[in-house]
Amino acid sequence: MDARIGVYVCHCGTNIAGVVDVDEVVKHASTLPGVVIARDIMYTCSDQGQNTIKEDIRKHGLNRVVIAACSPKMHEGTFRRTIEAAGLNPYLLEVANIREQCSWAHPNEREKATEKAKALVRAAVAKARLLEPLERRKIPVEKAVLVIGGGIAGIQASLDLAEAGMKVYLVEKSPSIGGHMAQLNKTFPTIDCSACILTPRMVDVANHPNITLLTYSEVVGVEGYVGNFEVTILRKARYVEEDLCAGCGMCAEACPRRVPNEFDMGLSMRKAIYIPFPQAVPLKYTIDPEHCLYLTRGRCRRCEEACPRGAINFNQKDEEVKVKVGAIIVATGYRVFDARKIPSLGYGRYRNVITGLELERLSSASGPTGGKVLTASGEKPRSVAFIQCVGSRDVKHNSWCCRVGCMATLKQAFLLKEEDPEVEVYVCYIDLRAPGKGYEEFYRRVRDMGVRFIRGTPSEVFENSDGTLTIRVFDESIGRILNLKVDMVVLQVGIEPVEDAVKLQRILNAPIGAEGFFLEAHPKLQPVESHTRGIFMAGCCHGPKDIAETVAHASAAAAKAIGLLSRGMVEVEPLIAQVNQEICSGCEICLSVCPYGAIQMEEKMGENGGKRAKVIEALCRGCGACVAACPSNAIKVHGFTDEQIMAQVEAIVKG
Amino acid sequence: MYEPVIVAFLCNWCSYGGADLAGMSRIEYPANIRVIRVMCSSRVDPVHVLYALRMGADGVLVSGCHPGDCHYVNGNYRAERRFALLRFMLKQLGVEPERVRVEWVSSSEGERFARIVREFVEELRVLGPSPLKRFLGDGEPGTR
Repeated sequence: MDARIGVYVCHCGTNIAGVVDVDEVVKHASTLPGVVIARDIMYTCSDQGQNTIKEDIRKHGLNRVVIAACSPKMHEGTFRRTIEAAGLNPYLLEVANIREQCSWAHPNEREKATEKAKALVRAAVAKARLLEPLERRKIPVEKAVLVIGGGIAGIQASLDLAEAGMKVYLVEKSPSIGGHMAQLNKTFPTIDCSACILTPRMVDVANHPNITLLTYSEVVGVEGYVGNFEVTILRKARYVEEDLCAGCGMCAEACPRRVPNEFDMGLSMRKAIYIPFPQAVPLKYTIDPEHCLYLTRGRCRRCEEACPRGAINFNQKDEEVKVKVGAIIVATGYRVFDARKIPSLGYGRYRNVITGLELERLSSASGPTGGKVLTASGEKPRSVAFIQCVGSRDVKHNSWCCRVGCMATLKQAFLLKEEDPEVEVYVCYIDLRAPGKGYEEFYRRVRDMGVRFIRGTPSEVFENSDGTLTIRVFDESIGRILNLKVDMVVLQVGIEPVEDAVKLQRILNAPIGAEGFFLEAHPKLQPVESHTRGIFMAGCCHGPKDIAETVAHASAAAAKAIGLLSRGMVEVEPLIAQVNQEICSGCEICLSVCPYGAIQMEEKMGENGGKRAKVIEALCRGCGACVAACPSNAIKVHGFTDEQIMAQVEAIVKG
Repeated sequence: MYEPVIVAFLCNWCSYGGADLAGMSRIEYPANIRVIRVMCSSRVDPVHVLYALRMGADGVLVSGCHPGDCHYVNGNYRAERRFALLRFMLKQLGVEPERVRVEWVSSSEGERFARIVREFVEELRVLGPSPLKRFLGDGEPGTR
């Protein structure tokens, strides 16, 4: 059947038409072989625009459609549905990207941009002539979701999924879920206790029949594809039988080895057999193999003697478990900036220079000082200075804003002032950002309490002989250098990607951005989807967020995963490889090239018998590596055939 | 003035996204480049590149995900090796190997994509029109 092509050139308001001469592109398109009709449309993606295309398909008997508009990543799916609704096979569509890759990139070269748009339309028409109808494959999905990370994001996502009837595997690296939120004292701007709102949800996770909680575990491998991932999880040896341990703590009492407690940022000590914090979920002890005397030096076993239930098992080994899931939610959170990287601020050298997270532990009732903020010498500070944006908004370190530092400082300043109105509190800042519900009002309240705000970034912190500190800061509002003498300095350190984000990215095959945060498929319209289908992200692994935003993001990710899996089937692109066994010589080069093992050899009988390659459709992802490698040209990949690509090349270059 | 024509094969997952991002961020670069979207840089056959040069392209860009980041595990490594060999061969054919460029651009690197295009266009201006254009023989095609 001869191609009958309709070409639609979108104005996109002035986004395209403001640069590209749309009329000229339409005129050019109408001269191209196979084109029956060419039109311009103000907004092609609008109902009206789509209806124009549908009407033309019926009226002019179009059998191919070319749309010159925004990136195919934006609306290819939309337009596939449009032509499908008009009775055409959805794969008889080609999109020419004349917005992102033309008008937006060349706003000051109108003529050249128009020439380029014409070339892109020519290429699209040339390819469209060679398009073939394709059928989408429907594959069954596993109605289960892997959630990686047990902070508030992972907890929220898991509960939402479980409530919707999905099976959930929640994998947490450390011995307890809770994440950073468990370390916080109060939350802004409502000053409600962090643990009080978090711990009931942690317990819900542990008790939910649809959630399998795998703590002290890591995801080490992910195979498969949307709807059908096979995940390998490493369960690190706890040396404590989880089903026997009752969390009584007699083992820890007996343990002679004391080590700094990570949960209290090293401000308190724990034992080598420990729970990270009293409300840990699961409430099961863990032996830290780096510090346990028996595991490092072969002598001790006092915990074993002390345990009334015989739960200690030194023979436990790391074990790998495999689970099948249909979707994955990444919720690996963040780490805080290491303030030692800015030596002039004195962190790590001066005992009374602490970080915001350390102050959270000091002010928490369950913290190392029972909720009293004390200097290193054990006294109540008479004056405290906060330094904002440490490591953030700083081209030498992290260029981004941590989004929570301003509000965290306001909250901590509020708590200090509430505890003792006489304490002097200074905040050295670049800009104060309070853009949330009730945030600006909270800032005003803190200001009215007498907290002093100094606009300026401190250049240096010195320690005086009496243990107090002097901050040198240029106060921009009065144009003078100030020397502030205080008892304690709090560095509000920024949020940065976790150290193993890159490792996880490789395992998941989901991209991370230049900063190291997981990358969303679209910054506005797909904020929880990864580019890899079936993988979603929740919370700070995607970029800095406060608790409220994290919870919203996590619920959104859960909703997307539920939407994907709820029908029990997903449609998969038919853009996969196919072998022409008449031509295949059986050389097996394609076998060695395929990254998914999606090609097998099969024995053909008869006159031209012998070994022939065959594509396993469920495994093929359509990369096309085998096509380019095949010396006999026996393989083609649908949607990107050699003929189509060559036609595009020729149309672009020759005109 | 001589305007080089560049045919670019960009992988769908990284480099095509990077090129989109350049536009979304309104980062300008010369309009000499025309993009053909492929799923993976490993889909690009040396024959496609030779065909583009033979048809009159002055330069060909193949761009994929950064090493280790390939959406299809290792396709970018295959592309790298294929085009290293092709460049070696081009030299023997009397075509400057610089006309075929292999780059890695992630979907968050709009600025990098724009910079590569700017540099490539400048390089091709210095090299002048492709020597293979003499085989076209019909006036001055391939300059659009």
